[in-house]
Amino acid sequence: MAEAAQSLHPSQPLKHGHSVKRHTGLMDWITTVDHKKIAILYLWAGGIFFGIGGLEAILIRIQLIKPMNTFLDAQTFNELITMHGTTMIFLGVMPVIFALMNAVIPLQIGARDVAFPFLNALGFWTFLFGGILLNLSWVMGGAPDAGWTSYTPLSSTGYSPTHGVDFYTIGLQIAGLGTLIGGINFLATIITMRAPGMSFMRMPMFAWTTFITSAIILFAFPAITVGLVLLTFDRILEANFFNVAGGGNPVLWQHIFWIFGHPEVYILILPAFGVISEVIPTFSRKRLFGYSSMVFATILIAFLGFMVWAHHMFTTGLGPVANALFSVSTMLIAVPTGIKIFNWLFTMWGGQVRFTTPNLFAAGFIPTFTMGGVTGVMLASAPADFQFHDTYFVVAHFHYVIVGGLVLGLFAGLHYWWPKMFGRMLSETLGKWTFWTFIIGFHLTFFVQHFLGLMGMQRRVFTYLPNQQFDLLNLVSTIGAMLMGVGMLIFLTNIFLTSRRPADAADDPWEDGRTLEWTIPSPPPEYNFKQTPLVRGLDAFWKEKMAGHKGMTPSEPVGSIHMPSATILPFLMSVGIFIAGLGFMFSRDEFSSSIMSFLFNNYIVTALGLLITFGSMLMRSLFDDPGWHIEPEELEGR
Amino acid sequence: MTAALGLILAGCGREDLSVLRPQGPAAESSFALMKLSISIMIVVLLVVFSIAAYVWIRFRRKPDQNEIPKQVEGSFKLEVLWTVIPLILVVVLAVPTVKAVFAAGNDHSDDKDAIKVKVTGHQYWWEFEYTDYGVTTAQDLVIPAGKDIAFELSTKDVLHSFWVPSLSGKMDTNPDGTVNRFSFSAPNEGVYRGKCAELCGPSHGFMEFKVKSVSSTAFEEWLASMKAPDSVLPDDPALAETFKSQCLTCHATGSMQDLSQAPNLTGIGSRESVAGILLNDDTRVDGAPVEENLKTWLHDPQSVKPGNKMPDPKDLGLSDEEIDGIAEFLAGYTLD
Repeated sequence: MAEAAQSLHPSQPLKHGHSVKRHTGLMDWITTVDHKKIAILYLWAGGIFFGIGGLEAILIRIQLIKPMNTFLDAQTFNELITMHGTTMIFLGVMPVIFALMNAVIPLQIGARDVAFPFLNALGFWTFLFGGILLNLSWVMGGAPDAGWTSYTPLSSTGYSPTHGVDFYTIGLQIAGLGTLIGGINFLATIITMRAPGMSFMRMPMFAWTTFITSAIILFAFPAITVGLVLLTFDRILEANFFNVAGGGNPVLWQHIFWIFGHPEVYILILPAFGVISEVIPTFSRKRLFGYSSMVFATILIAFLGFMVWAHHMFTTGLGPVANALFSVSTMLIAVPTGIKIFNWLFTMWGGQVRFTTPNLFAAGFIPTFTMGGVTGVMLASAPADFQFHDTYFVVAHFHYVIVGGLVLGLFAGLHYWWPKMFGRMLSETLGKWTFWTFIIGFHLTFFVQHFLGLMGMQRRVFTYLPNQQFDLLNLVSTIGAMLMGVGMLIFLTNIFLTSRRPADAADDPWEDGRTLEWTIPSPPPEYNFKQTPLVRGLDAFWKEKMAGHKGMTPSEPVGSIHMPSATILPFLMSVGIFIAGLGFMFSRDEFSSSIMSFLFNNYIVTALGLLITFGSMLMRSLFDDPGWHIEPEELEGR
Repeated sequence: MTAALGLILAGCGREDLSVLRPQGPAAESSFALMKLSISIMIVVLLVVFSIAAYVWIRFRRKPDQNEIPKQVEGSFKLEVLWTVIPLILVVVLAVPTVKAVFAAGNDHSDDKDAIKVKVTGHQYWWEFEYTDYGVTTAQDLVIPAGKDIAFELSTKDVLHSFWVPSLSGKMDTNPDGTVNRFSFSAPNEGVYRGKCAELCGPSHGFMEFKVKSVSSTAFEEWLASMKAPDSVLPDDPALAETFKSQCLTCHATGSMQDLSQAPNLTGIGSRESVAGILLNDDTRVDGAPVEENLKTWLHDPQSVKPGNKMPDPKDLGLSDEEIDGIAEFLAGYTLD
C-alpha cells in the first residue's frame, strides 16, 4: 500500500521526512510491530511449543500404559513431566492466549494498535528466545528434571547436577519478561486506547478479562521473577537462599513459587472465560446475561486468586490456622465462578443457540470446566487434600481446569476469530470432528485419573507395581490421550486445508457479531479502523444493527493515520538476552577447548549478549522514531 | 446420598491402599469430608448439567427462526440466588473442614501413651526410629494396633512425603528447621501400603514402604527381638568378613550404632519387601520369596531402583557367589 501511495506522489515523500521502509517475507515478520502480525507469530510459536508439549504428554502416557513398563527410563520420564508442564503452561497456552489478545483486543476496543507496539514485539521475541533456550536443554546435556514446580532441594545442584534446571530458571526468566511486558502493554492499551464512547462498562467481556489478566500478570510475575533469580543464584553463584546448611529454607521457594503459581492459574483461565463470554452471546443471538456481575466476578476471582496460594502447601506443614484460613479462602472462589457458569447458561436461555464449531467448544467448556471447578472446591478442604495432594486426583483436577477449561476456550476462540485473523473460515465439518475427538479423548484420559488418585496412585511416578488395580484405568487414560492427539491432527489438517482456500471471509462471517472487530474487513487493514468508531453502548455493533445501521458511526473524519515504524531492535534485544543467559549458565563449566573456557568463564559471552541488548536499547533511546503516516488518499484507495 | 456414595466408592481399590477404603480414624476423617464434598458437588453438577441440557435442546435455533430474541440484561433475583446458594454450600463444607483441620492438628507429641516414631526420608527409602525404645528399622513400620502413633517427619536429602492412603493423609518430610509432626493410628491389625508422594528423583515411584499393624504383645515382642541380638554375621568366616567390610560400613545390624546412611538390616528376612518394591511372597502371587528378591536386588540395585545410592556390590569387588551367599544369609536373618 505504501508503494502504491508513493507511486502516486513520487515527488512528495510521506509526512515525516524519513523514509518508511516496508519489509517483505521473513524480514517483515522479524521487524513487525503490527499487533495482528504479532498475534500470528504468537500463534505459530505457541502452537509449535504446544505440539512439543503434546508429544511429551503422549510419551508419558505410553510409558504409563501398563505397570513396570520400560519404554522410558526414570530420568527421562522426570525430564518429560517437567518439560511437559513447563512447556504447556509458559510456552504453549500462554502464547496462544497472547495470540488471541493481540489479534482481538485492539479491534474490540476500536484501537489502531496496542499502546506500545515496540514493546509488543519485544514481548514476543523474549518469549520465543526464552522458550527456545528452555528447549535447547534436550540437546545440551539434559532437560530439567525437578518437576515444573522445581521444589528445592531437588532442584539444587546437589540433586540435579546437570544444567537442566539452569535452562529452566534462565529460560523462564527470559520468557517471563515477555509475559510481563505483554501484560503491561495490554493494561495501558485498554486504559488509554478505547474508542470514544467505550466506557469500561461498555467493554466486551474478552477485553475485560484481558484487562484483569494483565493486572494479575503485573502482580504475579514479579514473584516468579524474584524466585527464579534466587534459584539461579543458588545454583550458579552458590548462594544459600534455599540451602538449609547455609541458613536458607526450601519451604520459602514453595511460597514464592505458589504466590506466583496460583494467580497463574487465573491468568490462564480468565481469558478463556472471556472467550466463552463472547462466543455464547454471539451464537445465542442474545446479550451476555448479567454483564456487570460477570465483570465483578472476574475482579473478585483475580483478587481472591492472590490469597489462596498456600492451598498448594497443605501437606508442607503450615499448621492448622494457616490450613483453615487457606481452605476457606479457596472455597470462596467457587462463588464468583458459579456466578459465571449460571450467567452463561442463562445467556443461552431464551436465545437461539446455533452449534457452530466455536459454540460447540463453548458448550463443551461449561460442563467440563464445572467438573474441574468442583474438584477444586474438594481440594480446598485441607483434611481431604491431605489425601488428594500429589496424587492423580490433582492431575485430573488441573487438567480439567487447564485443558477442559482453557484449551477448550482457546479452541472456541481460535475457530471464532480465525476468519478475522486470516480471512478464511475454518471448515465446520473438520471443526466438529476436532471437537468430538478431542473432548471424548479428554474425558477418557482424565476422568479415570480422579479414581487412580483416590485408589492410591501418586503423581509423577515413572511406573507402578502391578496388582494395585491401577492397570485398566491407566490403559483407558492412555487411549484417551491418543484420541486427543487425533483431535489435534484433525485441527492441523483443517488449518492446512483452509490455508489453501481463497481468503474470502466476510466482515461479519458469523452474521451475528456483536462487537467492533466484526465491523471491519477480515483480515483487517494494517490501520484497523479507517475512522475510529463511536461506541453507543455495550455490544456496539449489535446495537447499530438493531438500529438498522449497516456499520458504525465514525467519531472522526477520514484523516491521515499515524503508524509505528517496523524495527528489528526487539529481535536483537532478545537475541542478546538469549546469548547472555546461555553464557551465564555455562560460566562455571570447564570446556575441553581452552578458548571456550576463556570465553565463558570470564563472562565474555554474557557480556557480549548484554552488549547487544543494551546497545539496542541505546539505539532505541538515541534515535527518535516518530513513526509514519498513511494518508487519506491511500485509505480511499485513490 | 452420602451413605450410598460411600458404598459405591468403597468398591474402588485395594483395602490396604485405597483412600476410599479407610482403615483408621485419620483416613476416615478425610473420607468423611470427601463424601460430604462429593455429595454437594454432584448436586451442583446435576443442576448445571440439567440446565445446560435443557437450554441446548429447548433453545436450539430452528431453521426458520429469524426474529431477534429478547435481549435480557440480567435478573437481580436470579443472580442473588446463584450467589447466595453457593455461599451457603461453601459454609456447609467450610465448617466441618475447619473442625477437621484443627482435629488433625493434634499430633500427640505430648501424649505419654502414644508411640513416638521419627520418620526420616532418604532417596529412596524410609527410616523409622522408635525414640523411646532405641530401635531403628527401615521400610517396614511396625506399630501396635489401636495406639496413636506420634510421628516426627524429616528428610536427610530432598523433600519426600509420607503417605499411607488407607490410614491417613500425607505429610511432607522437610529438612531440619521445618520438621513436621502428625499422628495416626491403625485400629485393625494388618499390613498397609505406604508411598512417597513428593517427587524426589528418578525412583520416586519406587519409594514404597509398609505399615504393619500388630497386637500390643506382638509389638512388644518385636521391640524386644530388635533390641536383643548382637550383630549377626554369616557362618562362613570369609563371607562374614566381606559382609562386615563391604556392607556394614553403611548398614547397621543388631546393636550396632545406626549412622542413618543406609537401611538398618536387623531382621531383614522378616520384612514385607526388599528395597520397598520387591514384595516378599512365597506364594509368588504378588512377588517372590525373600531370598530371590534379595538376589535380584544385590546383583543389580540400579536396575531395580534407578538412581539409588547403594553401590553395586560387584563394583565393591563381590563375586556372584559372595552376593548369593549374602542374600541367603540376609534372607535367613529373621526376628524370632
